[in-house]
Amino acid sequence: MKDNGLIEFRWHGRGGQGAKTACLLLADAAFAAGKFVQGFPEYGPERMGAPITAYNRISDARCSVHCNIDDPDYVVVVDETLLDSVDVTHGLQPDGAVIINTAKGPEEIREKLRDWTGRVCTIDARKVSEETLGRYFPNSPMLAAAVKVSGVLEKDQFMGDMEESFHHKFASKPQVVAGNMAALAMAWEEVQAG
Amino acid sequence: MNYNERLSGNEAIAFAMKQIDPDVMAAFPITPSTEIPQYFAQYVADGEVNTEFVPVESEHSSMSACIGAEAAGARAVTATSSCGLALMYEMMYVAASSRLPITLACVNRALTGPININNDHSDSMGIRDAGWIQIYAENNQEAYDNFLQAMPIGEHPDVRLPVMICQDGFITSHALENITLLDTESVKQFVGEYNPENYLLKKENPLAIGPYDLGCHYMEHKVQQAEAMKHAKARILEVAAEFEKVTGRKYGLFEEYQMEDADLALVLIGSSAGTAKAAVDRLRKEGVKAGLIKLRVFRPFPAEELAQALKHVKALAILDKAESFSAHGGPLFSEVRAALYDLEPRPRTVGYVYGLGGRDVTPAHFRAIYARLADIAAGGDLGPVYTHMGQRE
Repeated sequence: MKDNGLIEFRWHGRGGQGAKTACLLLADAAFAAGKFVQGFPEYGPERMGAPITAYNRISDARCSVHCNIDDPDYVVVVDETLLDSVDVTHGLQPDGAVIINTAKGPEEIREKLRDWTGRVCTIDARKVSEETLGRYFPNSPMLAAAVKVSGVLEKDQFMGDMEESFHHKFASKPQVVAGNMAALAMAWEEVQAG
Repeated sequence: MNYNERLSGNEAIAFAMKQIDPDVMAAFPITPSTEIPQYFAQYVADGEVNTEFVPVESEHSSMSACIGAEAAGARAVTATSSCGLALMYEMMYVAASSRLPITLACVNRALTGPININNDHSDSMGIRDAGWIQIYAENNQEAYDNFLQAMPIGEHPDVRLPVMICQDGFITSHALENITLLDTESVKQFVGEYNPENYLLKKENPLAIGPYDLGCHYMEHKVQQAEAMKHAKARILEVAAEFEKVTGRKYGLFEEYQMEDADLALVLIGSSAGTAKAAVDRLRKEGVKAGLIKLRVFRPFPAEELAQALKHVKALAILDKAESFSAHGGPLFSEVRAALYDLEPRPRTVGYVYGLGGRDVTPAHFRAIYARLADIAAGGDLGPVYTHMGQRE
């Protein structure tokens, strides 16, 4: 366990998929649960489809460290095509887990991971998103999967805080709140632990 | 009343501006600026502030508009970053020498050549001699708190100087973190109204501002300006004491972290000081007497106070997040090292240039520096005093 109950997340996604948004929503939800949070993307050239990285620190006391996260407890991969080009489990803590957006099961997708022998979790965020939102927005399903696998927040509190957060975020289009809540609930049930 | 929120550093500054509700904000609201003018423009559009927002065509103009507004007797603010600050260069000197207490939110980012917009301090360090007070933050909380203190410092009759409130680009400006905010009523009470004694539009006492200053007076004006910067030090501490009464949060010219009995120490500025604190904590657990000083106020430069705080240190590293191409070290290194000259004995001192263009800086980097300092303190060779840290070999 790191100091002050610190749990660190690293997000790998592609520009436009909402990995940064999911990272900031996780920070929001953890803040609402009374935690100290950091949520920040690593800025580079901003273009659709380019690999991006974002980070969360969640702890019981303010964390003064301000650098990228090299030894995360959890890694969330929003786009499985990144597995071909990015060493996503680099530095991942042995008792942590990698959570991948894929239609494949944990054992099948494990073949794509280089030296990682720890936990692999999968969620078909495309299926969840298309069934609940009618379009492909992987960030809400990935967020729910990350929270469930890590156990960083209690389910009921998380769902309640997210509903409030969505009402705020989608103030101009409240019709999408229910779909996003359904996406969280479905992903919570469907995430597979390997 | 204080209350908890989570905001990025940019949101925190825009919110402080909203709470203060200045008369004028002039800004160039696209890159190389930050989200600060964008958020503030939203407050203006929503009618949440009474500010006149002037969307200018360049930073040279935003500073010019602030100078005009402030000279007329209004309270003016702006925000910029990187080459935007560089484009203000000429007008920054005019603001300071005309004794116009404008407040500028600077999000520290690299200067182009090669093109880069990530964090380092080359923008504000490049303009350090313009006559602006410079106050730096470690995180969003300090950026917010420093911004609330800027006007009571700069507008005071003993000072009358513009103030630059700096925070690290992206690392704190775009990172969401917990923050404790002060309610708007208390902010307005703390910051107060701007009531300059003389100003351009005061009809009882018309004033000329910015005329040609011949050789017979120019130097006298510069000496007055230099005296004002000296007075700023005491005023900064007064305002910090008042701020502590309202918020419970304590500020000084710099923060001393584990310095009381430190043999090995760092001096640095900004967010990386927080990262270095993690290295200090770890070393302390291992029995190493490590500490650090995080400089908050770079202009005026607290030379005597730093010498006092560092006099017992055996080995010291001074870290610059800006390269000044002196071939001898960065500006912080030069000034801190000079401040130690009159001490007898004085710490053995090395300098590092680090974190340029957003290069990541981790606790491990600082542990390596402390290891070198331990060797130096034990009588080892000082080695080169000007080196870089974190670059690939």
